[in-house]
Amino acid sequence: MTAELSSVRGSLTSRTLPRPALAGVIAGAVGLTLLLFAVTPLQGVADFLVAATALVIVAVTGLTLAVEGRRRAINRLATSGALLALVLTLLPLGFTLGYVIYRGGKRFTGDFLTHSMAGVSPLAPNGGVYHAIIGTLEQVLLASLIAVPLGLLVAIYVTEYGRNFFGTAIRFLIDVMTGIPSIVAGLFVLAFWVLALHKGFSGFAGALALSILELPIVVRSAEEMIRLVPASLREASYALGVAKWKTIVRIVLPTAATGITTGVMLAIARVTGETAPVLLVVGNNNFIHTDVFNGPQASLPLFVFQGAGSSSNFDIDRAWAAALTLILIVVVLYVAARLLTRRNSLARR
Amino acid sequence: MSAVSPGVDAVRLRDVRSSRRGDRVFSGLTLVAGALVFALLGAIAIFLVVKALPALQHDKSSFWTTKIWDPDGTGHYGVAALVFGTVLSSVLALTMAVPVALGVAVFTVEYAPHRIGRLLGYVTDMLAAVPSVVYGLWGLFFLLPHLIGTQKFLNGWLAFIPLFAGAHGDVDTFSKSVFAASVILAIMILPIIAAISREVIRQVDPAQKEAALALGATRWEMLRIAVFPPSRPGIVSAVMLGLGRALGETIAVALVIGNTFNISAHVLTPGGNTIAANIANRFGEAGSLGVSALIASGLVLFVITLLVNLIARYVIYRSGVEERSAAV
Repeated sequence: MTAELSSVRGSLTSRTLPRPALAGVIAGAVGLTLLLFAVTPLQGVADFLVAATALVIVAVTGLTLAVEGRRRAINRLATSGALLALVLTLLPLGFTLGYVIYRGGKRFTGDFLTHSMAGVSPLAPNGGVYHAIIGTLEQVLLASLIAVPLGLLVAIYVTEYGRNFFGTAIRFLIDVMTGIPSIVAGLFVLAFWVLALHKGFSGFAGALALSILELPIVVRSAEEMIRLVPASLREASYALGVAKWKTIVRIVLPTAATGITTGVMLAIARVTGETAPVLLVVGNNNFIHTDVFNGPQASLPLFVFQGAGSSSNFDIDRAWAAALTLILIVVVLYVAARLLTRRNSLARR
Repeated sequence: MSAVSPGVDAVRLRDVRSSRRGDRVFSGLTLVAGALVFALLGAIAIFLVVKALPALQHDKSSFWTTKIWDPDGTGHYGVAALVFGTVLSSVLALTMAVPVALGVAVFTVEYAPHRIGRLLGYVTDMLAAVPSVVYGLWGLFFLLPHLIGTQKFLNGWLAFIPLFAGAHGDVDTFSKSVFAASVILAIMILPIIAAISREVIRQVDPAQKEAALALGATRWEMLRIAVFPPSRPGIVSAVMLGLGRALGETIAVALVIGNTFNISAHVLTPGGNTIAANIANRFGEAGSLGVSALIASGLVLFVITLLVNLIARYVIYRSGVEERSAAV
């Protein structure tokens, strides 16, 4: 510290690297990597990017160390690290979405969306996911019909009535529930509904498992939104002699409605792609099966999973196209939820 | 939460009788819903135990130490290799995901301009919205072949570390391995850790940061002095929640892991398995004892993830940090 202080004392403005010099160093490091790859046996685009990045970071940090001192050098290293982390986050997202669109786009046609796999051999190129889309929509809708009302009631209890030990305990259990692996939810419904009650495979069993996964997400987002409703609104309602339950139903919930809808849509987006519970309790079906309460039913995630494990290239192509369908559904839900947030006056506050 | 001011009670005394009955019915309804949460968690534990019991009783070898899985044939099965693989792949995924997640969280809050920061938040959350089966498909057909180079590099230069040791021939061919599973898991838990860390870092008192900057701290020094210490409990719990997610992840892992039953720390060589992946891969061919054995292994997973989540929540509650985010 004393050495740094004495160097600062010399002049009020310390030496700084001009921006052109920084750009020059970066260009030089990239050029050096190019040269290395030209004259040595090093090759490959990915290898080049890794080597160039490492060299740029070393060069920039080194130069800063020489000109501006140790503290500035560490600071610049940290900035490079944060930037690198950003790139490393965006890279998998870009590669995943890009590759799914590239592979899935080949088979993603109107025919694919409007035909089932009924009578289609694994070794035939045709067939589609109509039956799986129907299954997924029915199962997710049913799961939401269970989880959303229940989740809303729990959220209301926790925020409006549960200012006691029981309420705190429920909040804690809901938080714990968010951590239940989807396969465990599937195993529970398997043990309870399919095995103990002998109900067999059905879309409804899948919906039960999905609702277990959806419930904590709904409760947490609804709870958060209800807490954002200003106390003055409630007090104004009470002052007019309105009962508590009516205040909640007529004042609090409508005020929080946009935010709650966003949370519900995010929850639906999350469970739409769940494969593990569906694999355990719904079974599979190549035919259009609209009866969600009886018998195995197809679903998009399971369609992708089984196609991925198939030895037929046609199955694999279909799996990619189904994955694209699934991603489109999830992304539409997700973007819609986000757009809704923008109009949410509570969350903007 | 002081939503109701004291004066309100006086007004409510004059409530008409019917609305009081409405209040009782409505509060009763919400209470029942709350109680259902208790019942649900209890039922999950009870039914898993009940259906796991046959497998635990008929086991011919020790459930905790056996490394093979053949409940319907020889009757020998155990979770030793599965628990080992689950923990190994998750811990490895954490070591890859945590630095990146923290970096991107810090960048989003402290480096990026406000608008871009918000956009980045949406984009990282989108990473969490991609279904796990899509990551699995992508991992199987895109990541595995593209990991060969990295595997060769790690094996060639770092083979003295037992983790990266293994026969060259095995490593050269692309293969379903614990390493591939860890990379996929790292990508999948990254957005959760990043989202919670982001919210925690955002809640740091701006006065503290400005004070550090006013004293002449560089941005990194400001982060180290004013941002990281108060966010530590939140970040620790974010990491624990990410660990919980990694431990229970099923489908993506099932597609890229070797599905073998050996205990080996050589993560680059083909093989490996996790509890969840084993359930997904073996369920289709399992007989009645086989299903019971799989439920027993699921019970073990349930207990492990429950413990990890309890620790994470305990850290949060003790620190008083509000880490709520829609992404988790």
